Amino acid sequence: MDNDLKREIIIDNFKNPNNKGLIDDESYIKEKKASDSCIDNFTVQLKLDNDVIKDIRFDGEACAIATSAISISIDKLIGKTKEEALNIINNYLNMIENKDFDKKLLDELIIYEDISKQPSRTKCATLGILGIKDLLDK
Amino acid sequence: MDFKKDFPMLNNDIIYFDNAATSLKPKCVIDAITDYYYNYSSNAHRGDYKLSVKASNKFEDTRRKVKEFINADSEKEIVFTSGATESLNMIVSCFFKDILKENDEVITTKSEHASVILPWFNLENEKGIKVKFVSLDENYCLDENTVISMISDKTKVIVLSHITNVIGDIRNIKAIASEAHKRGIYVVVDASQSIGHINVDVKDMGADFLAFSAHKMLGPTGVGVLYGKEEFLKKFKPFKFGGGMNISFNSPKEIEYKDLPYKLEAGTQNIDGVIGLGTAIDYINKIGIKEIERIDNELKEYLIEKLKKLDNIILYNEKAKSSLVIFNVKGVFSQDTALYLDKYNIAIRSGSHCAKKLEDELGISNTCRISLYFYNTKEEIDRLIDALNNKNILEESIGV
Ligand SMILES: Cc1ncc(COP(=O)(O)O)c(C=O)c1O
Repeated sequence: MDNDLKREIIIDNFKNPNNKGLIDDESYIKEKKASDSCIDNFTVQLKLDNDVIKDIRFDGEACAIATSAISISIDKLIGKTKEEALNIINNYLNMIENKDFDKKLLDELIIYEDISKQPSRTKCATLGILGIKDLLDK
Repeated sequence: MDFKKDFPMLNNDIIYFDNAATSLKPKCVIDAITDYYYNYSSNAHRGDYKLSVKASNKFEDTRRKVKEFINADSEKEIVFTSGATESLNMIVSCFFKDILKENDEVITTKSEHASVILPWFNLENEKGIKVKFVSLDENYCLDENTVISMISDKTKVIVLSHITNVIGDIRNIKAIASEAHKRGIYVVVDASQSIGHINVDVKDMGADFLAFSAHKMLGPTGVGVLYGKEEFLKKFKPFKFGGGMNISFNSPKEIEYKDLPYKLEAGTQNIDGVIGLGTAIDYINKIGIKEIERIDNELKEYLIEKLKKLDNIILYNEKAKSSLVIFNVKGVFSQDTALYLDKYNIAIRSGSHCAKKLEDELGISNTCRISLYFYNTKEEIDRLIDALNNKNILEESIGV
């Protein structure tokens, strides 16, 4: 994927993120996730039904990388089983940490492949998805 | 004057605009610290040999310099701490915790730093005191008359920063303190952002207690000052016990503590840090605090004038008088702006700047902050403006 397209996807998802805004619904589980090294700050909500992710929502203020990454992750993970989702998330985390990972599993999330070269940004790229992972591990 | 040559960090082709977080250190301060370790490394107040006498003298020299720098009455009123945060906590834990009662009121504002507010929030939880917030004016600055009008019979303490670390307004502590003292109210001042930038005179402003860190005024990290009027400081209960602060301890019933300030300085002190602070004060005095203030102001006005010409910049605190400017680039999250500027080796701070309650007033929680100091230059500001004069900051900040 060329860099212009990557940038366009990131900015689109930053300006108009998927599922931003929380809802008041008891069937969701919720978690606050704040980065300790920067100012990004998310609350993530997740609804599971028979081990299948029915919905994920988030709110909070964060940078373009953090916001676009959670937006794209949400799009990718809704509809997956818990196991499938954790597999995708672990592959994503491996990618960010510059370890071996399965490209095929990640689709659009591949745009963050080079983030490991910007140490100040890796926390941004993982904040939201770690919030989702925490909820799945609950 | 060219101050650049005095600051080794400025040889690194960086533009450092985060002076409110910590200032850079002149070579003389760094040299004073290494001189201690190279030439008279020893403990202070202990030994009977020349080296230790020299270390003790240098340590106590700094106390005298601090006393003169802030115009305290006596060296007994100057206690060395690990920084403003520790000083601000001691004021609450060693003194107010014992004298305040349930429903006593403490007045402060929402633009204070976490280190100012949190010790009092804790005391509210522990003892049921009430922390009251004075509202800010339309420029997010504090009007002294609003503070004075909030004083009630229950008010016992007013806690304010001399200059706040986000909005940067300079508070008229003198007017507030003079009214407060008529009613027996204590005045606690956080001078973290004003020290080394403008004249801080505890007697003139009427501070009962004052706190600051050395590292924001050209000194090293890990050392700060707690000032307290002697009559109040005398009543402080030490919160650290140990060597250096006692005269004798035969049994729990027979402990004798030293006099001020040593009673509040248990354990081996941050000797190199204190010596470095002394040298920082000398350096500031050599330039003159009035001259520093003048340069700060000139740079600030220049920066504001240039920023106002850019149509992608939102300015939040144009009216505040100190050397801080907070802004955002339209449509760009503050951290993205900071990371974008970092590509040009320009260091600015983004975020809530530890003043998380300010969000209630400002309506936004994250901003970019430029904080200037006298060694910054108009050329550096020009380079910043060139970098900000760009329609594609968001795109270029992403770095992919
Ligand atoms: C206004 C204000 N008060 C207190 C502090 C705390 O200083 P320190 O972290 O050195 O203890 C700061 C530092 O950012 C500050 O800006």
